[in-house]
Amino acid sequence: MTLLVEQPTVPARTPPVHGQGPSGLVKWLTSTDHKVIGTSYMVTSLAMFVIGGIMALLMRTQLLSPSGGVLSLHQYNEMFTMHGSIMLLLFAGPFASGFLGNYFVPLQIGAPDMAFPRLNALSYWMYLGGSIVMLSGFLVAGGAADFGWVAYAPLSNATNSPGAGPDLWIVALILTGFSTVFTAVNIITTVFYLRAPGMTMFRLPIFTWNMVVTALLSLIAFPVLTAALVMLYCDRHFGTHIFEVQGGGVPVLWQHLFWFFGHPEVYILALPFFGVVTEIIPVFSRKPLFGYIGMVFATIAIAALSTGVWAHHMFTTGVVLLPFFSFMSYLIAVPTGIKFFNWIGSMWGGSISFKTPMLYCVGFLVTFLIGGLSGVMLASPPVDFAVHDTYFVIAHFHMVIMALVMAGIGGIYYWYPKMTGRLMRESIGKVSFVFFLVGAWTTFMPQFVLGLRGMPRREAIYSPTMGWTFLNRVSTVGSYLIAISVLLLVVNLWISWRYPIPSGDNPWDGHTLEWWTSSPPPPHNFTSLPRIRSQRPTWDANHADLAAAGIITTGVLGPSGIVGHGNNGNNGGHDPARSGSRTGLTGHQASSATGEGGSSNSLTTGTASLTEPSQSMSKGGMDPLSNRDLTGGESGGRPSDSYRRTSFNDGQPGLGGERT
Amino acid sequence: MKIEAKLMIILTVFFAAVTVSYWFVSYEHAGTTMLAFSGIFALVPGAYYWWWSRRMHPRPEDRNDATLSDGAGALGVFATDTIWPLVLAAGSTLIAVAFVFGVWLAIPGIGLCLLALVGVTAESRHRGLG
Repeated sequence: MTLLVEQPTVPARTPPVHGQGPSGLVKWLTSTDHKVIGTSYMVTSLAMFVIGGIMALLMRTQLLSPSGGVLSLHQYNEMFTMHGSIMLLLFAGPFASGFLGNYFVPLQIGAPDMAFPRLNALSYWMYLGGSIVMLSGFLVAGGAADFGWVAYAPLSNATNSPGAGPDLWIVALILTGFSTVFTAVNIITTVFYLRAPGMTMFRLPIFTWNMVVTALLSLIAFPVLTAALVMLYCDRHFGTHIFEVQGGGVPVLWQHLFWFFGHPEVYILALPFFGVVTEIIPVFSRKPLFGYIGMVFATIAIAALSTGVWAHHMFTTGVVLLPFFSFMSYLIAVPTGIKFFNWIGSMWGGSISFKTPMLYCVGFLVTFLIGGLSGVMLASPPVDFAVHDTYFVIAHFHMVIMALVMAGIGGIYYWYPKMTGRLMRESIGKVSFVFFLVGAWTTFMPQFVLGLRGMPRREAIYSPTMGWTFLNRVSTVGSYLIAISVLLLVVNLWISWRYPIPSGDNPWDGHTLEWWTSSPPPPHNFTSLPRIRSQRPTWDANHADLAAAGIITTGVLGPSGIVGHGNNGNNGGHDPARSGSRTGLTGHQASSATGEGGSSNSLTTGTASLTEPSQSMSKGGMDPLSNRDLTGGESGGRPSDSYRRTSFNDGQPGLGGERT
Repeated sequence: MKIEAKLMIILTVFFAAVTVSYWFVSYEHAGTTMLAFSGIFALVPGAYYWWWSRRMHPRPEDRNDATLSDGAGALGVFATDTIWPLVLAAGSTLIAVAFVFGVWLAIPGIGLCLLALVGVTAESRHRGLG
């Protein structure tokens, strides 16, 4: 059974291509392959998730009894500060953009790699450097930053928060901010310039669309944070008074700057996971996505609106315009509602298969509904004035984040076969899902009630006479259930890697291009591509018989003839083009082996063949200029102008052929 | 390329509308500035894409009917394995930490960054990479 190999096998005599040179540690240190970097991001961000989770468990254990006893007051402050910073900026963001975006965006659009491979590597290493710097705050005298992850002025100034810990926090966030910006630039350039022929913007998988919008949002938000952190550092050390009242500064300016970053940041975390859910639900419902265009515009609308709502975090400061921010916050519920409608519409009438990824998506839907609706409640200033800085707010955003984490774990289960060629264990996955869902709800639903009963956030001890003790105990037990679920996930990852069950190339009968290539994908990702004529080219090619018979599923009315056709096993064998990639042939060998292959609906041109020993990537082996002439002849009646076309073809950044 | 351009232009229009309305209902400086610059951020690449999209034939990835042979040819140059991003990031991290523990840390930090700069340039020249 175990026909799997550890690495994509490549004959040693082929010219060196990136991703197949060194191995082991040196490969990890030097690779510019987006798949290796993406995997590094996954491992690092999951490690951060575990570290941040241990801090959460320490805090919940502290709150088990009113008098605490586990952490000192100062340690508790460090814990909630670092828990928030790590989970948002070192786990969720890098996991979404660095791992999921980096690994799957090039695969979904038929690209050989990210547009800027070395920038991609730099981005990862700066993220790792920033993570180490932030964690090293625990090792210095005075401890790590302890002013909350929002670092409000004047609490974060040199008088109130002296020491090296806060400074390490500041420079770490600047480093990871640069890393995020680099990744965002890379993703946008990749999607705009490296799509496969026929992969128009409105054929992009929704996950890729969401990553593009997320990257745009990162470019808007993160420079503001970096600028604010530089100002904060100057206030702390260079004697400026930007946020200091004594020198004529404005403390609330920090809140404006921070939340102009902070609220888009919520959607920088959320949109990629919305994309993951949008990929998984149609595949496991055996239907096309319902409402593709609506999904795209809802994503753009959510992102755009999220930049205009920052001050709903500042209602109680008394210096912001309540109606404007309240109205804008309510507006976000509309595109989010469209997304919910489309997710349910995609499931409606489908033949739903409740594999682990789908279960996590269903968990996402119900949990995000609670988190999102409580957010709509908080958008109302009167409600916000009542529950501001209580556990109600904590419960709200943790229900949101828990939903996103569920979508992320669903994404791991969904794409792990593509990354490794191995299936994860369904039984462990289902048990861990139950633990996660029950744990998340047990942890955070009582916190809504605690907030309504007035329990403030960021308190290490509380009075036993307030009636908060029982609900806090329930919440703590719930957090242990989440920890068990995460432990089961790690066990599942390890077992599935150590004792592999071969998955084949396309275990879920997937729709998008990443399911076309081999598992794991070869260097430069594709040895062939199907013809791209819809939003799900792989499905079209694998079900050419249904397409020829005129059976097309759109909307909510899925003909039953199509369901159950999904092949759950190895279906990579019927296409000689892809079996060529699985035997490890690349370069000239693959193009000669697959040049005449391909199923009836796929056009195989030996896509990834190497034309030169240098690392240039070419599609086919034809003369680019002659083909561009063919292209120009068909394009909308424009007069053929070889100079203009040539200058365009050679002048585009990242596309300009081989350098001379 | 037109759709990419339109995406950015839509963002520009949105930010312009929000900036103007926010300013006239709040007269608040920080938010208005950030919104206005977000609009400029979307306008600059949007205008560039739009300018190009009117002067070029649709690329194979812009056309619904493109076949794979339409996109044949050299696609680009992708860097191979390299140590220099790691060196550059290590140097950047040292420079960042120098702001916490003292200027002396910036000396090896800047050294590593310069080394990475030289290294990546030489690597590109010798290997013929872009």
